[in-house]
Amino acid sequence: MADTKAKPGLLLDIRNLRIEATVFPPGEPPKNIVLVHDVSLTLEKGKVLGLIGESGAGKSTIGLSSMGYGRGGVRITGGEVILNGRDILKGGKEGFRKLRGREVCYVAQSAAAAFNPAHKLMDQVVEATLLHGTATRAEAEKRAVALFKKLSLPNPETIGERFPHQVSGGQLQRVMTAMALCSEPDLIVFDEPTTALDVTTQIDVLAAIKDAIRDTHVAALYITHDLAVVAQVSDEIMVLRDGKSVEHGETHQIIKAPRMDYTKALVSVRSIEHGEKKPTPKPLLSVRNATAAYGGGVVKVLQNVSVDVHPGQTLAVVGESGSGKSTLARVVTGLLPPIAGSITFAGRTLAPRLAERSKDDLRELQMIYQMADVAMNPRQTVGTIIGRPLEFYFGMRGRERDKRVAELLDEIEMGKGFVDRYPAELSGGQKQRVCIARSLAAKPKLIICDEVTSALDPLVADGILKLLLRLQEIEEVAYLFITHDLATVKSIADSIAVMYRGEVVRYGPKSQVLIRPFDAYTDLLLSSVPEMEVGWLEKAIKGRRIGSGGH
Amino acid sequence: MLMSSPILKLIAQRIALGILLLLAISVLIFAGTQILPGDVAQAILGQSATPQSLANLREQLGLNDPAYIRYFHWLGGVLTGDLGTAMSSGQDIATSIKGRLWNTLFLAFWAAIVAVPLAIILGLIAVRYRNGWIDKLISGLALASTSFPEFFVGYVLVYFFAVKWQIFPAISTVYDGMPFGERMQAIALPAAALTLVVLAHMMRMTRAAILNVMQSAYVETAELKGLSAFNVIRRHAFPNAIAPIINVVMLNLAYLIVGVVVVEVIFVYPGMGQYLVDHVTKRDVPVVQAVGLIFAAVYISLNIIADIGAIVANPRLRHPK
Repeated sequence: MADTKAKPGLLLDIRNLRIEATVFPPGEPPKNIVLVHDVSLTLEKGKVLGLIGESGAGKSTIGLSSMGYGRGGVRITGGEVILNGRDILKGGKEGFRKLRGREVCYVAQSAAAAFNPAHKLMDQVVEATLLHGTATRAEAEKRAVALFKKLSLPNPETIGERFPHQVSGGQLQRVMTAMALCSEPDLIVFDEPTTALDVTTQIDVLAAIKDAIRDTHVAALYITHDLAVVAQVSDEIMVLRDGKSVEHGETHQIIKAPRMDYTKALVSVRSIEHGEKKPTPKPLLSVRNATAAYGGGVVKVLQNVSVDVHPGQTLAVVGESGSGKSTLARVVTGLLPPIAGSITFAGRTLAPRLAERSKDDLRELQMIYQMADVAMNPRQTVGTIIGRPLEFYFGMRGRERDKRVAELLDEIEMGKGFVDRYPAELSGGQKQRVCIARSLAAKPKLIICDEVTSALDPLVADGILKLLLRLQEIEEVAYLFITHDLATVKSIADSIAVMYRGEVVRYGPKSQVLIRPFDAYTDLLLSSVPEMEVGWLEKAIKGRRIGSGGH
Repeated sequence: MLMSSPILKLIAQRIALGILLLLAISVLIFAGTQILPGDVAQAILGQSATPQSLANLREQLGLNDPAYIRYFHWLGGVLTGDLGTAMSSGQDIATSIKGRLWNTLFLAFWAAIVAVPLAIILGLIAVRYRNGWIDKLISGLALASTSFPEFFVGYVLVYFFAVKWQIFPAISTVYDGMPFGERMQAIALPAAALTLVVLAHMMRMTRAAILNVMQSAYVETAELKGLSAFNVIRRHAFPNAIAPIINVVMLNLAYLIVGVVVVEVIFVYPGMGQYLVDHVTKRDVPVVQAVGLIFAAVYISLNIIADIGAIVANPRLRHPK
């Protein structure tokens, strides 16, 4: 161990890092939990190490420890963090302040939230540089403009005069990268910098970050849950699980020849094989020329949309944020009455307004949401939540209802033991399962799934998708599956509608939609999905036909 | 062109609403004084009233006209600066109010000059050392000073500063042409009492508003730039907490002007509060109406300022896309 200190190119050497936090579970005395168990890692100057794992794996916690920072009540209780040859944990508060923003900088997941809404971008970008006195204001601003140019931001000379809300999410993420680079640090911690972006924006930001890292020779810890993304930028990858290091190796080895089972599972995630079902002559749901608008017809968000969902099949609606996919769901459910067009469901025409629909219309058309957390009453138990539609639609009471609730819990693979639990006591995947059971309880013909796996970790999302496919077999239910994630689409869809700016630009059975030649937008969308392959990013950027429209 | 700016539109809306509100309040004040039993004629003549003299006086004062006519008559006067004549003394109300309003504003101004910055700075310090002993000490003292009734605080101040140490006068007499220094010395104790009363509210709200913002991701960004804890609060948290702080400051400024009755009475300070109390006991309706309307106007204007302050403090409104 002692010889590593002498190694010349070594920038960061974390040894046996142990991080703890105190949690306050409701109704119990506070207790200590260990978030990171004796993790060690090294990083040479100019290299990029990817930290990958699911939520709760401790990746951000480890990344922030290189700045001596713990979120909330998180404490570093053991080990050493040696940066540029000294243990920063011994430097105290003053020592941390001197290295933050100077030796180590941070790029957060959501730049939109990480920029102060009250100050101009330029003031925030040069703040750390001026604070540490490494350059004068004029020099720092010149450097910032050069970085804006390098990160291909529009109007690099003047973008600094804007406020955060005047700039798009993808641009903000690049400005944040420029902010981190501006004080010319030795190390940057990227904490899921592209996770909150649309897939077509993500690729641009990713390429910009990669170029910037290469040209400035800064070292980086790149934190993400997406192995395909991290494979594009890092030299080495460390796989983390529950605060422990599972596997550590070169990028190529991790994605091509993973040694540990957990890594193998991460690499092979989203390779569900799903045979395509042929369209039936009588669709279950038929949306015809639907046009919808907000603000009394002023802002058209859906234009002339026609799609069919066939009984027991899945129609996937894909598109970026703002493409109108969730609006389509609102129109189908009657939450937003269309200003033109019609909706036929199970042979009858649905009233445009929710209030005018019959109880059977409501029952047969259920919905599952992205945020399972907020879609459930936190003060009701799982049993009450799933039992509610049974009471409401079928008038079930007492033992009959409890029996059905137990059956539904079995179907979502949550056995007994969960009936009396509250949502707060469940994991993200379990919450989403309860939401699925709740919608199934109504015995629907169609379930609208609005980004149901987007907030989940890949492996958990995989489990949910498999469950949905299995339930489709058992219950003969059709899905209108809204997502921005094309990998999900491939695993679950029978037919696909690609949406762009409120219109359906490509529609048909999966096998036809995903076959060349593509229209320009579908091509952009498909070519932007990161693939688990070293060098994919460069190929994809080169092969693109159109840009992603100013992001 | 100017009106196309959303911020000006919002501000114009707030001002228009304020004026509307003030009109509605003038109706309420007028109606309220009509509901009270007895009338001015009764009050003026008192025990010696005969039915005949009462009727004559009512005729003379126009008290027999229908209420809405008297309202518009009164409102028209108010709008032209004529607040009417005090029934009890026969003096012009506008003239007697002018000096007293000035006195009240003078006292409120100096109390605010001390209280507002002090409250905000104490709030910032409390956030900086949150949950530590400094925070608890500041909060404890501020809460204690608010919990004591104004008259108690006033008398304690008088006991120590006027009686025991004889630094300041116990009675805050001011008169026209009084030198500034003497005037300041006269209002020192009432201003101190008012400061102690309003301090805690503003300080606690400042603390809460900033703590709320301290949870934001941009505060973490600032910490990760290596800013010192106090600079994080001052540069990154405070500007985003300004709207709720302006709100509570304005509420307390309004209190300094319209809520000073007790303090003015304790220190025998010739301000609006004392004037109001005197004339309520004399059942002098025009004076009560005039003072009520002025208090309402002060309250509404300060709230409009708070609203405008919050609008202007919002960068999304100040710099539209």
